[in-house]
Amino acid sequence: MLKQIEGSYAVAEVVSQCRPNVISAYPITPQTHIVEGLADIVGAGRLDAEFVNVESEFSAASVVLGASAAGARAYTATTSQGLLLMSEVIYCIAGMRLPIVLTCANRAISAPLSIWNDQQDSMAVRDAGWIQLHAEDNQEASDLHIQAFKIAEQTFLPVMVCMDGFILTHAFEPVDIPEQKQVDDFLPAFKPRHIVDPRWPRGIGLFADPRFYMETRYILHRALEKSEETIKEVSSEFAKAFGRESGGFIKTYKLEEADVVVISMGSVVGTIKELIDQLEEEGKKVGLLQICSYRPFPRKAVYNALKDKMNIVVLEKCISLGRGGILASDVRWSFPRAEKKDRNISSFVAGLGGRNISTDDLRYMVEKVAKEPVEFEFLGLREELIAEKDM
Amino acid sequence: MKEQSKYLEGVDKKDLFSSGHRACGGCGQALAARLVADAAGENTIACVATGCLEVFSSPYPDPSWRIPFLHSLFENAAAVASGVDAAYKALKKGPVNIIAQGGDGSTADIGFQSISGMFERGHNVLYVCYDNEAYMNTGVQRSSFTPYGARTTTTPTGNTTRKKNMPMLAADHGISYVATATVDDFRDLQMKIRKALTIEGPKYIHILAPCPLGWGHHGELTVEICRLAKDTGLFPIYEIVDGKVTNVRKIPVKVPVEEYLKPQGRFKHLFKKGVPSKVVDEIQEIANQNIERFNL
Ligand SMILES: Cc1ncc(C[n+]2csc(CCOP(=O)(O)OP(=O)(O)O)c2C)c(N)n1
Ligand code: SF4
Ligand SMILES: [Mg+2]
Repeated sequence: MLKQIEGSYAVAEVVSQCRPNVISAYPITPQTHIVEGLADIVGAGRLDAEFVNVESEFSAASVVLGASAAGARAYTATTSQGLLLMSEVIYCIAGMRLPIVLTCANRAISAPLSIWNDQQDSMAVRDAGWIQLHAEDNQEASDLHIQAFKIAEQTFLPVMVCMDGFILTHAFEPVDIPEQKQVDDFLPAFKPRHIVDPRWPRGIGLFADPRFYMETRYILHRALEKSEETIKEVSSEFAKAFGRESGGFIKTYKLEEADVVVISMGSVVGTIKELIDQLEEEGKKVGLLQICSYRPFPRKAVYNALKDKMNIVVLEKCISLGRGGILASDVRWSFPRAEKKDRNISSFVAGLGGRNISTDDLRYMVEKVAKEPVEFEFLGLREELIAEKDM
Repeated sequence: MKEQSKYLEGVDKKDLFSSGHRACGGCGQALAARLVADAAGENTIACVATGCLEVFSSPYPDPSWRIPFLHSLFENAAAVASGVDAAYKALKKGPVNIIAQGGDGSTADIGFQSISGMFERGHNVLYVCYDNEAYMNTGVQRSSFTPYGARTTTTPTGNTTRKKNMPMLAADHGISYVATATVDDFRDLQMKIRKALTIEGPKYIHILAPCPLGWGHHGELTVEICRLAKDTGLFPIYEIVDGKVTNVRKIPVKVPVEEYLKPQGRFKHLFKKGVPSKVVDEIQEIANQNIERFNL
C-alpha cells in the first residue's frame, strides 16, 4: 500500500514484516527513528520479538551475534560512531558466518563531530566480510531490507543496508509498504546452520592457529564473491513478487549513448539523473552507472557495462585520507591494465559531512572531465576557509 | 586415599570440560572451569571471553568443551550471553543454563560495561569470573584486580593500587545472587553454581583461580594458596543474597599474610634478604580490614 511516510519508519515497518526474533540497538542520530519505530511496533504487540535496549553499540552488535548464534533472526541498526564502536564485532559476525541484517544510516565520522550524511562509516568496515547494499531512495531502502534477510540467510553472510542519513532516513516520500502476506511468501523462515544448543553440543568461535586461519578468510572471500548470484537472483525474484525493480548488482541510466559516465552510489544518483536529463536537452550525452552492491564489488558488471566507455568519473562521499577516492580505486581496478591506457577514470570526493551536492557542482564536474581527466579533486570546497599554514 | 574420596564427596564429575586442554600444570582456572561445567550439567551454554581459558580450551579442531561453547571477543561475553538469552526467550526455547565466563581483565576492565548492562537488563545469565589477578593470556600484565604490592610485567616494582571490589559492584546492580569461591573447596564452588542456576535473572560468581605462571608458585600449591588466601582474610568467602551478605566463611585459625605472600614469586621483592618490607604491613592491614568488614 502506497503510504506517505518518513524513510526511517518505512524501514521499521518492513523490518518488522520480516519478523526478526531479536532486535538490539543503541540510539544515534540519524538512525534513531528506525529503532524507535521498531520499539513502537514491538510495544504495540504487532511483532513478537525480543527488543533488547543495550548500553552501547558494542553490546548491540554482541547481542545480535549471540542471538543469531542461538538460532534467532536478528537485526540491528546504527551509523557513524556507533558503527565504528561495533567494528570489532562486525568482523566477528562475518567471520562466524552469522546472517545478521544491519541498517547503516550513513553519516560522517568525528572529528570534527558531524551528524550529517556521508558514507565514510560503512566504508570504514568495507573489508569486514559483510555484503553492503546501497539504497537510492526510500522505496529501495525498504525493499532492500526484505531482500537482505533472504540474501543473508541463503549465503550465511551478514548484510548491511546503507541508506543516506537524513537525506533518506528523514525524508517523507511515498513508499509502497507491502502486505504482510507478500513478505511471508517471499521470505521463508530462517533455517540456521550451526547453533549453540545443548542438544547438539558444539563450539562456535573457536581459535584458529596458522594451520587453519587463512582458509577461513579464503572461504569467506569466495563466499562473498559467490553471493553475487544470490544478490541478483533475490533481486529478480523480488521484482517478480512485488512488481518493481530494487537492488541487484548495478543499475544504469542513459548509458548506451553516453560520452561521459558518472559512477556513484546512494541517494546522490537522484541528483545525477536530474543533471543527465538537463544535459541531454543541451545535446550532451552523459550516463550513469549506479553501484547497488558495494561489497561484493561488481567488478565484472562494471567492466562489461563500461568496456567501450573512455571517459568515466567516480563521485563518492568518502575518502581514504592520504590516498584519495575509495570507490574510484575499486573502479580503476575493474579494468584490465592493458585496457586502461587511453581510458580516463577521474575521481571526485563530495558531500562530506552533509555538504550539499547541487546539480551545478555536478555540472562543473562533468564539464571538467569532458575536457581533461581529473586524478583527484574535492568537489564544492570553500576555498576561503582553507589556509596553507594549516596543512 | 580415604581422605581424597571424602574430599570429592558430593562433587559432580561429568567431564563436560575434558582434561585434554593446553593449560599450564596447576592452572586454577582450568580446574575451576571444569568444576563449573560439571556442576551446571549438560543443559548449559558457555559464552566465554577471550583470555587464557578460551585459548587453552577452544583450539580448532578439538575444543575441550562437551557443552555448547560460544566465543567471539575479549570484552563482550556478557552481551553475547544476553543475546543467547534473548534468542531463547524469543524462540520460546529452554529452559537452559547460560553461563558467561571470563578472566578478571575481561570482567572488571574492558568488559565491565557489557556486564553492567547484562545485570541491569536482568538477563537470565550466570556470570562467572575466573580471577587470577592479572592479564595472563598476554603475559601477566596488571589488571584492576591485581592486588596491592604484586609484581606484574607492567608493575615491575609492585602494584600501587588496591583490588577493585567486583562482587560488591555486582551486588549494587541489585541482582539477587552474588558469591565468591576458590578452587580449593570443590563442594562449595559447585554448590554455589548449582544454587545460582536455580535463580531466575542475573547472577555473579567470583572465583579466585591461582595462576602458577603469573603468580610464581609451584603448580601443586594452587589449592594450598587458595586456602591461605581465605585464612589470611585476603579473599573473603561469602554470598550476597538479595543485597545481604550471608554465609560468610569463618576463618578457623587466622594466618598472617606473610605465609600467603612468601610462596609466590610475584611478592618476592617484598622480602629482600628475608626482611618483609612495609608493603607487607599494608597488605596485612587490607586483610585486617576484610576480617573486620565481613567478621571473618
Ligand atoms: C580488544 C582487545 N584488547 C586486547 C586484547 C588482548 N588480550 C587478550 S586476552 C587478554 C588478557 C586476558 O586477561 P583476563 O581477562 O584476566 O584473562 P586471563 O588470560 O588472565 O585468564 C588481553 C589483554 C584482545 N584480545 N582484545
Ligand atoms: S598462564 Fe596461568 S591462567 Fe593461563 S593457563 Fe597458565 S596457569 Fe592457567
Ligand atoms: Mg586474568
